[in-house]
Parts: sequence; structure tokens; C-alpha cells
Amino acid sequence: MEKLLVSPNPHIHAPVSTKTLMRDVIIALIPAVICSFVFYGWREILLMAVSVASCVLLEWAITKYMLRKPSTIGDLSAVITGILLALNLPYSTPWWVVMIGAVVAIGVAKMTFGGIGQNIWNPALVGRVFLLVSFPTYMTTWGAPKGFVDAVSGPTPLGAIQEGLMQGASVQELTSAFNYKDLLFANLGGSAGEACALALLAGFVYLCCRKVIKPWITLSIFGTVALTSLIFWGIDPSRFTDPLFNLLTGGLILGACFMATDYVTSPMSLWGGVIFGVGIGFLTMMIRYFGSYPEGVSFAILIMNSVVPLLNMWFHQKKFGRK
Amino acid sequence: MSKRTFSIGGVHPHDSKISRGCPICPLPLAPTVYISVAQHIGAPSVPCVAVGDKVKVGQVIAEPGGFVSAFIHSSVSGTVKSIGPRPDLAGRPVTHIEIAVEGDEWADGIDTTDTLITEIPSDNKAIVEKIRLGGVVGLGGATFPTHVKLSPPPGSKCERVIINGCECEPYLTSDFRTLLEKGEQVVVGAAILRKVMGDVPCTIAIEENKPEAIAHIREVIAKLGYDGIEVMEMKMMYPQGGEKQLIDAVMHRQVGSGALPISVGAVVQNVATALAVYDAVQKNKPIVDNSVTVTGECFPNQANLLVRVGTPLRYILDYLGGIPADAAKVISGGPMMGRAVANLDAATVKGTGALLLLTEAQTRRGEESECIRCGRCAEACPMGLEPFLLQKLSRNADVEALEANAAHDCIECGCCLYSCPANIPLLDWVRLGKGLAMGAIRARAAAAKAAAEAAKK
Repeated sequence: MEKLLVSPNPHIHAPVSTKTLMRDVIIALIPAVICSFVFYGWREILLMAVSVASCVLLEWAITKYMLRKPSTIGDLSAVITGILLALNLPYSTPWWVVMIGAVVAIGVAKMTFGGIGQNIWNPALVGRVFLLVSFPTYMTTWGAPKGFVDAVSGPTPLGAIQEGLMQGASVQELTSAFNYKDLLFANLGGSAGEACALALLAGFVYLCCRKVIKPWITLSIFGTVALTSLIFWGIDPSRFTDPLFNLLTGGLILGACFMATDYVTSPMSLWGGVIFGVGIGFLTMMIRYFGSYPEGVSFAILIMNSVVPLLNMWFHQKKFGRK
Repeated sequence: MSKRTFSIGGVHPHDSKISRGCPICPLPLAPTVYISVAQHIGAPSVPCVAVGDKVKVGQVIAEPGGFVSAFIHSSVSGTVKSIGPRPDLAGRPVTHIEIAVEGDEWADGIDTTDTLITEIPSDNKAIVEKIRLGGVVGLGGATFPTHVKLSPPPGSKCERVIINGCECEPYLTSDFRTLLEKGEQVVVGAAILRKVMGDVPCTIAIEENKPEAIAHIREVIAKLGYDGIEVMEMKMMYPQGGEKQLIDAVMHRQVGSGALPISVGAVVQNVATALAVYDAVQKNKPIVDNSVTVTGECFPNQANLLVRVGTPLRYILDYLGGIPADAAKVISGGPMMGRAVANLDAATVKGTGALLLLTEAQTRRGEESECIRCGRCAEACPMGLEPFLLQKLSRNADVEALEANAAHDCIECGCCLYSCPANIPLLDWVRLGKGLAMGAIRARAAAAKAAAEAAKK
């Protein structure tokens, strides 16, 4: 008698796996990586290589020697953490600081909770915020770009605004120094991930087209940032920056497109996702306007990450034929 | 107008309808057939022939074992050789009636000609009785006795009959071929069904990947001049052929948890069932055969065959050249909801619609990894459930939470497991959880009944 396989239905599977999804995210990050290379040169690529290698190696070592489980590096999620961490740092960050960031991102934020799928906070952001708090000098020294195009050096736009406001200048004077076209196409001081808004948005569109992510989290972040800043700017344009400036500066686009949409640390339902996005957008603007840091996207995402279990509990999909 | 589909979830696998060009051909008679007495949902039928009896095609060999049960007819002429347990396709013993085939002599009163009879009998009760006597059961998968469906409980009213021609499972083409080749009969069957339900309107739902069938059925309706029957072109989406999903798609009404379609005024019958209704009512011909798609990329001789009920699966496959060496799994039905065959010596039943052969590479389940909380399973679930949650609750056997999260609403369509990137056996776990939740619900109902009876005394 012939041998037949017997198993319950379904008997076929969609051509999708954790690895193919993560590979799509990496593909979506390629334009931003190329952009940061063009603006910041080889040093940026080196930084990224150190970051990715540290993340992957660390995850491999932890699964093998501490958890004694099959290695999970094949799912490529550690590669993404590495790329995102590098994109969040100034290109001039020393290599050993990057490695500390990787240890915190993978070792503390991800593997301590049990690895992929279990972490509460976005690993790359935890790494970034840890470095920001521990090494503020390195993390806010934005050296002049040494890339292949002429680029403006100096502080980040948001940093410049906060600095200027403290010295009594008005927002109008300060923002007039920036050309919004430059903001869209990069040319400004900042971390590599803030480099080119257009490249990041291209990656976001790719992820939506490939149905890797749903756009609602990202769009609700953009919408809330635009609306909140519109209200404040409308009240006092000399104290508060305008919506377009807020949409294009800082890590907002990188955060909204690639960090807030991380599956593991974002809500699963539509309305949960919308509230998550609104929360991130609002907190970002509060930190930017009233906080002591010029930039608040990282903190806003991490704070809202903590609320995700609650959002998952409160918001469920509408069940068929039930009220 | 955009094409309709159901409102929650669904997946869209590659449709793989590679046997769509194969006309339905009769399969030569097998030397012996094995007719199961449990071919429908409900009580098994009771054999009413004895070993040694001579039977003709269409003769009753088993009678209903209850209200929800069905007549079973001999599919061949010959001699009853044995009545006893025999493994079904899963290998479980079920009573079968073994008949050695001798010639092909049909019982009296069955019209075996191809003449189309469009005149519909006037007496509804007589029609339903003919459907009952014809052993007609739902051929879309659930094999629910059709006459029961056509006798709605008092107080409920049918507002629309839906003929399910979606055939949303990949690979299957027997309904498509039936629509093309027996379109007139299907439409007359539909007309009979809508008349029985009180002259309600009737929708024949066909998915957009069968444009020939849509055009043909529209032509047939115009030619026959029936009123109240329309063809609705549906968007391609699995599991649109699911009863609740199809009602949602066609009527924008959702059947509640545990409720019957009639509660929202719908009666759904499959295309093959409409044909069986035509045969039973117009031709006095009970279900003795059905069309079976035999397909798979690894199977060179794709075919749609007209197979007598009770034909051994091995006989069908051997007729088409045997099982190819690289076929690893034989599935009775489609790849999403079909059942894997453990025993090729099992025989076909009324509801057998397809035999699908898949290679190991096509059917291999990937290695399970951690849930990444992507939510694809919840997005795919056509019942709006959260398989990622249900599988955890099921692992912990948390019956209360399973019920609260509607595990018992699962229709086992397989969309969750199909779309899970981490290859978590979601449906396997949800099915276990569904069993637990159903058990709790039944136990509660039984306890309430017992308490009510005790109170009476």
C-alpha cells in the first residue's frame, strides 16, 4: 500500500513567511539606506554594517548559548533592528557606542522578553533612547555630512528651532532659514534616517502595496501631527512651528512608517491602530512643543508601545453576525 | 457596479482551475461498488436490502434513520454481496453495502433520456416529497438533507433562494462544468426551488473567474423565459461558497451565531444540488452519480468525471493512469477544506466533488515559529474571529474564554492557517477550542433541560 500524507485542512499555504515579510521591510528601507550613503558617505555604511552585524551576532549568540533554542536570525528581524538603529544615529557616532546600542536593542529590549514576537517595545528605539540618555553628546553632535552632494551642516531643524526659541527668536524667523524642498529631499543635519523624507515615503508605499503593513497607523500619526500643530500654529505662529515643518522634520517619517508599524509592538485591530497612531502623533507634538527634548517621536512610540496590550484587549475585530 | 463579496475577511489563493477545459465524461462502471449508509449529516440510513438481493440502478437500498437523514439508492445494477463495516476515506469503519455490478439496468419509472422537462409540477408538497425520495442532500460540502432545508420551521419565511455557483476553492471545476453542460437543468432546478419556497426571487451566484458560465446561464434564463431568477457575478474571494458568507455577499445580511440561514430569510443550495433537484423532480432520478474533478499539477490526466456513488477512489485514479510517483497527498475536495484521504480503497459518496493530488512540496507545512502578531489571521478570518488569541486559549484549554471569544463560530475554512507567516497550526488549535466551547454550550443546554424537567415534576 502506498504511503499518503494525512493532515487536517488547509492543505496549501500562502507564499508568505516571517522571513519574506521581513525581507520586504528590508527592501523598503533600501532607498533610505542609499540616500544616507549619498549624503553621509562611507562612514554611514560602516556604521550600519557594525549595527547590523552586532544585532545579528548577538541574537545568534543569545539563542545558542543562553536560551539554547534554535537560532532565529534566519527570520531577518535582527537585520531590520540593525538598520533602523543605524538610521536613528548621527553618522559620526563611534562604533563602540553603536555596539552598546545593539546590546540594549537586541539583548535587553528583544531577547529578554523571549525574542521575536514577545517584546513590548520596539528594540531599535529602546537602543536609540538608551544611547540618547547615556551618551547625549555623541547623540546630538550632528557633524557636517561628508557625502557626495553638498549638504547643509549643523544642528537638526528641530534642535535649531528649540535653541532659537530659547534665545528669544520667533518661529517665523527660524523656519525661514529652511527650505521645505530641502526638508523633503534631505540636505539637512540630523541622523541618517531623517535624511530623505521622500526615500522613506517610497519605502512606506512599497510596504503598503505589498500588503506587508496597513497604512492606518502611519496615516493617523501624520494626521494627528498635522492637526495638533495646525491648532497650535493657528493660535500663535510666533511660538509654534507649522504643520508641514513638523511633518517633514525629525524622525517623524521614519518613526511613523517603519517603527510604529512594527507588527510586534503595534495593535492588531484597525481602531486599536488608529488610537495608537493618534497617541503617537499627539505625544510627539507635546514633547516637541513643551518638552525639554527637541524631538519626541521615539519617546512617543515607546510610550504608546506600552499601551498596546490594553488596546488589543479593548478593540477587537467585528465578529460575523454578532452585535 | 462593483462586484459583490462578503464583508469580513477572506483570502484569495491562486485559483489553479487547471481542469476547467475538461468536459464531464462518464466513468466506466467499477466491478464492485461500496455504498456507505452515512453519506449525509444526520442519522445514518438503515439498509433495507439483504445479502443476495438483486438490485437495479436507482432502487432504494437504505431508508432514512431519522428526520434529518436521507434515502440511499443503488448506483448500479447487480447483486448485494455484503452489508457491514468498511473503512471510509479516513480509515474509520462505516457500514457499507457492497454490490457486484451486473449490466446497467435502471429501476422502473426513472427517465434516463436527455429530454429537458421545463414544466414544473404544481403541488409543492409533492415536489418536496420527490426530493426526499430522491435522496437529495446538499452537494456543496455539508451534505445536509435538502428536503429538511426546504421545510422551514413554522414562523420563518424564506425571502430568497441562492444557488451557490461560486466554487471558490482552488482547483475544483465540477460545478463550473455542470453550469456549462447542464445549465438548463440547473436553471429548472433553481426554478423548482424558488417555487417551493413560495415564488421567492432566486439568485445564482457565480464568481468572476467563470465568465463563460455567467454568460451561458444568463442566456439559458433568457431562453427558458423564467421570471425571478438572476445571475449575480461575484468577486473572487475564498470562502465565498460558505453559506453564511454567500448570504452576506448576496443579501447583505449576517446569519447570527448558531442560527440557520432561514432566520435571515435565505435558503442556499449548491449548483450540483439544483441539478439533483431537477433530476429527482422532473426525471424521477435519485442521486446515483455525481461529477468529480480529478486534478492536481502532478496529475497528467486531469478530468471531470461522472462517477457512480460508491466507486472506489483507487478505481477512479487507476482509470486515469494511476497515482504519479511524486503525489504525496490525495485530498477529497479542495485544498482549503478538503479531507486528506488515508485509504484509497474507500468509495465515493454523494458529496464527493473532487480528488486533488498534491506533491509534498505543494502541501508541506512550514516549520512553526513564534507569532509575530501581524494580525493576518484575524484579517483573513471570514467570521471576524481572532485565531491568534483562540489558539492560545485552546492551548490552555480555557473553555470560558474560548466561548467568550466565539471559538464555536469557526467554520474551519482554513484561512487563518493559510495566511500565517509563522506557520502556526492555527486551525488545528482553533478546531480543538471550538470542540471545547461547543461541549460547554451543549452541556449547559442539557443541564438547563434537565433542570426544567425536574421543576415540572
